[in-house]
Amino acid sequence: MKNYDVVVIGAGPAGLAAACEAYQNGARKILVVERDKEPGGILNQCIHNGFGLHYFKEELTGPEYAGRFEDMLKKTDAELMLDTMVLQISNDRQVTMMNPRQGCFTVQAGAVVLAMGCRERTRGAIGIPGTRPSGILTAGAAQRYINVEGYMVGKRVLILGSGDIGLIMARRLTLEGAKVLACVELMPYCNGLNRNIVQCLNDYNIPLYLSHTITEIKGKRRVEGATVSEVDKNRKPIPGTEKYFDCDTILLSVGLIPENELSRNAGIKIDPRTKGPVVYENMETSIPGVFASGNVLHVHDLVDFVTAESQHAGAAAAEYCKQKTEGKAGSEPCIKMVCGSDIGYTVPQYIRPERIDKSVDVFFRVRRNFSTSSLDVTSGGQKLISYPRGHMAPGEMEHITLPKQLLNKAAGGEITISAKEVQK
Amino acid sequence: MYDVTVIGCGVIGAGIAYELSHYALSVAVVEKENDVACGTTKANSAIVHAGYDPEPGTKMARLNVEGSNMMEGLCKKLNVFYKKAGSLVIAFDNSDMDILKELLERGKQNGVKDLRILTKKQTLEIEPGLSHEIVGSLYAPTAAIIDPWGLCIAMAQSAVLNGAKLFLNSTVGEITDEGGFYRIKAGNNVIETKYIVNAAGTFADKINNMVAKPFFRILPVKGEYYILDKSEGSLVSHTIFQAPGKFGKGVLISPTVHGNLIVGPTADAAEGPEDTSVTAQGLEKVMKTALRSDTHVNFRESIRNFAGVRATADTRSDFIIDASPDAPRFVNAAAIKSPGLSSSPAIAKEVRSILESIGLVCEEKDFFTDYRRETLFKLMTAEEKEKALKSNPLYGRVICRCETITEGDIRSVLNGPIPPVSIDGVKRRCNAGMGRCQGGFCGPRVHEILSRERKVPMEEIVQDRADSYLLTGETKMGRMENEKL
Repeated sequence: MKNYDVVVIGAGPAGLAAACEAYQNGARKILVVERDKEPGGILNQCIHNGFGLHYFKEELTGPEYAGRFEDMLKKTDAELMLDTMVLQISNDRQVTMMNPRQGCFTVQAGAVVLAMGCRERTRGAIGIPGTRPSGILTAGAAQRYINVEGYMVGKRVLILGSGDIGLIMARRLTLEGAKVLACVELMPYCNGLNRNIVQCLNDYNIPLYLSHTITEIKGKRRVEGATVSEVDKNRKPIPGTEKYFDCDTILLSVGLIPENELSRNAGIKIDPRTKGPVVYENMETSIPGVFASGNVLHVHDLVDFVTAESQHAGAAAAEYCKQKTEGKAGSEPCIKMVCGSDIGYTVPQYIRPERIDKSVDVFFRVRRNFSTSSLDVTSGGQKLISYPRGHMAPGEMEHITLPKQLLNKAAGGEITISAKEVQK
Repeated sequence: MYDVTVIGCGVIGAGIAYELSHYALSVAVVEKENDVACGTTKANSAIVHAGYDPEPGTKMARLNVEGSNMMEGLCKKLNVFYKKAGSLVIAFDNSDMDILKELLERGKQNGVKDLRILTKKQTLEIEPGLSHEIVGSLYAPTAAIIDPWGLCIAMAQSAVLNGAKLFLNSTVGEITDEGGFYRIKAGNNVIETKYIVNAAGTFADKINNMVAKPFFRILPVKGEYYILDKSEGSLVSHTIFQAPGKFGKGVLISPTVHGNLIVGPTADAAEGPEDTSVTAQGLEKVMKTALRSDTHVNFRESIRNFAGVRATADTRSDFIIDASPDAPRFVNAAAIKSPGLSSSPAIAKEVRSILESIGLVCEEKDFFTDYRRETLFKLMTAEEKEKALKSNPLYGRVICRCETITEGDIRSVLNGPIPPVSIDGVKRRCNAGMGRCQGGFCGPRVHEILSRERKVPMEEIVQDRADSYLLTGETKMGRMENEKL
């Protein structure tokens, strides 16, 4: 069995950044396994710009952003194995994989970084009434057909859900000559970034119907139309509000789900809120030496944050291999991050204060829209610190930086983050 | 001139064709869709009923039990997924228990083996997740779960391999009695045949009326279902029914042979023979009813909803399997609703003997080769995998990640006797796209493989039935630029 210091599963933005950073931190035998025929992951089909504003301080397209990390990876000794699917990870970090060249084989990893990304929710997950013709596809599948394969998926398009990929595809389809009739969102707020609402819908006069959903799909063989209804506070359709759209295509942008089948089978603890692994401050999962970062951990809005998180995971994986961080497992003090009012989840879920140098970043999402607001950090009923915020929305990931001294004040091993409205 | 033409290639038509192809006969099968198993066969509960439901003395009772007894051997022979999981009919009160006793009695009369009543305690011992409100159950160890379209495809492919001629995309428009033989206009084909078997499912009344006096009408009944993710597949290990009552046979919860959980169906009048739309009310009803049996059914893990239509007849509750009283050499295999799938192998034998009784000479062939369904790479033994990878390295490339279906698996079914022409056709043959992402990732890749292997442009590949097109042309930059990359 071949031995590696670090095995990274996935060569999308998360995997590439983790591998590069593991190398920078001293890991030498690195294997990056990718199921596709080229690295880059989903960025390869994201040909629009807006990537890298935070990390590179410039606007890149998806393939350009991925390309920079591919170049960085080439400068390391890391081995990139393409067209290869990981089938299993054992809890002692043996990774079994398969490809057409070598068949099925297993390698031993000192540390593993999970960077498998996420997948899109489908029609079956949300149960839209009506027939089941062709022409109903996820926004990502449409993006692949158009941007990678060079084919159009329809002429008159209705988009259900206001995730970023849906918004991006509204613009893309319009530029390709299709008529995008509307974007319909069940929730009273948009799930995508504000900049995408402006640049992809408003600029092209595509209406956004909030608190609406598709209540019937029509068409025997191919989509022939769809009925859209307004929903009440309990998200139930309101009779009498039906609008009919004459469309041949329905794109779904109704949420992303971290792809954790491998993690689950390995016995890694999954957070039901993020649907990703529960992690410590260094992105280590419940299995020692197995780390996770990027969309497999929690769904991000911006690739720049995926990169930062993955660098963190990659560095920690390299450290783990050097055996520097082992020995105290289980006995170390550990703070549990608790979701207070209107906080959907946090990443990390646990913080081991002894492993923090200066501060730790905690990422999370709020559950509803806020205008002027504040984020309160409390422990044992005592307020530790408060961060003023302006507008906050579920579609935009938030983060706070907790200084080490603050962690030392955590009573009962818990820290709670809550969001609240502030009167002007 | 064909000896026999079977109209319809669902599990009933395919079963009849399979049976007849064991004999020295020329057999034609006419199907209106672009593939076999496109109607009720692909949209049902996917179970083999033990046979305690039908009224004793009916054809349905006899054929259900016979079919159920034949099914395991048939599936083994054809390499079709089948598992004798057993079924439980659960009772919530004493009047339900009375119904179970009635079913037990019926089952005994019908010849169902090992049928017995279990106490609440015994029931919860073998199915601990069930509602504690139950008071007992009827246990049928011979009930099974099955891959219904797999069975249909395997029988149709075996029939074709042994000489039957399959006409796809051939809607029967007209049948004329030419005196001694029939002439069938089906799509672009004109087929001459001595005998006709009508296995046209929800269209069986229309076919009958083309040659014989109308004597039944199909009033299709729709059943809506949920399919839940594999994470929920082991919630129950038996097929769980509720005591039939005012809600009809009721909503079942069952594992599937593919590892998922199936929950359904409803039973509402369909708006037509092909009304397979799901409704908000129907799905809600399934959800509510199922939660009564087991409160742990996690509908948030739903991966697909679907509806199927059953070919229920207006005038009688039994199957209509007879030689026509007025049209010569014409046999109906009609009104085959539940337990049609369970009865299908026995119906096939029954139809063959009816044909013999009206003059068809059936001489068994010396050679017959079953077409076994291709074993999926993931289900092969370590040695088989190694051998498969050596003969075709494409078994090493996973295309459908949810179901771990490889390019080798897909290529293999593309070379079968009835090659799939659609993405769903590939799915029905090797499960690619059946998983939790529902083809989100592998759909475009299967699309590409189909286009390449069939040498058909991408734009002509359909999702499922004819005209279920996927692409409307190239983008402005087209494919040229892409190919340069």
